Amino acid sequence: MAAKSNLVNMVAVLGLTCLLCSAVLGGAYALTKDPIDQAAAEKTNRAIAEVLPHFTDLSFDADKNCYTATDGGNLVGYAIQSEAVGFGGALVLLVGVTPDGVVYNTSVLSHAETPGLGAKCTTDQKFMSQWKGFNPTVKKLSVKNDGGDVDAITASTITSRAYTLAVENALNTFAKVSEEASSGAFARAGSQSDAEEEASSETINEGGLNNE
Amino acid sequence: MEYFLIIISAIFVNNIVLAQFLGICPYLGVSNKLSTATGMSMAVCFVITLATLVTYLINTYLLVPLGITFLQTIAFILVIAALVQMVEIVLKKVSPSLYQALGIFLPLITTNCAVLGVAINVVTKEFSFVPGGMLNLGQALVYAFATSLGYGLAMVIFAGIREHLALNDVPKAFKGVPIAIISVGILALAFMGFSGMVK
Amino acid sequence: MSKWKMITDGLVKNNPTFVLLLGMCPTLATTTSAVNGLSMGLATLFVLVLSNMAISAIAPAVPDKVHIPVYIVVIATFVTLLQLLMQAYTPAMYETLGLFIPLIVVNCIVLGRAEAFANKHTVLESACDGVGVGLGFTCSLTVLGLVREILGSGSAFGWNFIGGNDGMLAFVMAPGAFLCLGYLMVLFNKLVKKN
Repeated sequence: MAAKSNLVNMVAVLGLTCLLCSAVLGGAYALTKDPIDQAAAEKTNRAIAEVLPHFTDLSFDADKNCYTATDGGNLVGYAIQSEAVGFGGALVLLVGVTPDGVVYNTSVLSHAETPGLGAKCTTDQKFMSQWKGFNPTVKKLSVKNDGGDVDAITASTITSRAYTLAVENALNTFAKVSEEASSGAFARAGSQSDAEEEASSETINEGGLNNE
Repeated sequence: MEYFLIIISAIFVNNIVLAQFLGICPYLGVSNKLSTATGMSMAVCFVITLATLVTYLINTYLLVPLGITFLQTIAFILVIAALVQMVEIVLKKVSPSLYQALGIFLPLITTNCAVLGVAINVVTKEFSFVPGGMLNLGQALVYAFATSLGYGLAMVIFAGIREHLALNDVPKAFKGVPIAIISVGILALAFMGFSGMVK
Repeated sequence: MSKWKMITDGLVKNNPTFVLLLGMCPTLATTTSAVNGLSMGLATLFVLVLSNMAISAIAPAVPDKVHIPVYIVVIATFVTLLQLLMQAYTPAMYETLGLFIPLIVVNCIVLGRAEAFANKHTVLESACDGVGVGLGFTCSLTVLGLVREILGSGSAFGWNFIGGNDGMLAFVMAPGAFLCLGYLMVLFNKLVKKN
């Protein structure tokens, strides 16, 4: 039923099959590239919308893993991807920080924690809601066991510590980013008077509070 | 230091059969005798390590620069098929007895999910104990070799269990594969105790 | 053999999971819930039917000595096609099933049916066989996923009926997969042998 197995036939059939299949896949890839990119962008937007107030534009800084969100020219906040080592592996968070340094919200991008224990970091309402509006200048950023103000998940101290550490890492990145942004603003402002600069920074803060 | 973490994680914490569910079919098929289990583990170890080396290089120097990573599945499986063919030819010449003992299971290493699974994992998965997440070639090879050691360990332990099971009074409906799978489940439960070892 | 019988054979007589004992790896790994098992089964069905039809069509022209690599390339093409389509249109399920989508290439069911059936039958018959075995696989996966989900998370198809997530978590993790499959096999054997 099959063709003869001489060298020419074998090479020809195998080569032709590979060529045909690669062509089919190349075509499919070209057709699906846009939907795939779109799906990825939507996923990112959805994740950031969870951790920041309303925004219209995003810009991404790959070095610091930080998204800058703006709404018609006004700075809304930063969505920073940070991670820490949890019980079963990397715990990756997206932390939304408004320009006044307060955490707007956090969300878990990926984790390898134990189901029913550490994995509750994505379902335990009591644990998750304490991060909304978490102000690191008012509350201490460590779990209650370590003398801080963070309520840990029951029986999952290691995961809770990792979560807290990841938020701390994000806030450190925020400090770096806002320092660079403000030193850049000062350099641009240059000859502007001090009063004008103070007024514009107050406006930004008011905008952040109103959006909560 | 990270090499040690890679090895411990690959053999115990994330054992390829008991935690990642790769390589089950030959695992159930070859493990009824200790001697064939050992021979099979060595063959799989060799193929996994060599396949990871070749596929990693092909991915890094051919697929990614040309932007054709969607051909990854085809390219990787062809490499593995060719490699297994070569191993068969070499084994026939070097150790005909082992070749006979492995029988049909040697060409079946091509369809062993563990080989393709490790090759794909190494180039796509992000690992927590390595800064940046992606493995370089050295780490990838250590990971592949350690994974296959974990496979061998699980297989040898299981072969021992099965040899004992064969001498026991198993209820009729459980005989053969069902009791074997239940035993693997209990073994997997035991290996779960290793989780949390790598911080 | 009638086309209808080919389809129903795949459900019980030739059930890939409980009778042929093929495709164990995705069976254990992707059945953490009923929906995941169902999706994996349907994905495999897609590849199985298409590759059966393609291989049945080209089998007369393929020399015997290269038939395995050629079949593998054809199957891998359909798997990659599935990957691209899922990535574009069902990205959430694509991420859940993860590594096991490309692993459909080495799913013994697909290559096994190609070798044992497709290259000796017509395109339509091979399609029916693919549908039958694929449906059998999908049913097994969905049942196993449902059992694990009920025991492990107290929900069925995503509908939580015990309020909260206090199920027996071992069943959602590795050991539970093996234990559930083993006991389901025993149940299947008892039910089918009785007939």
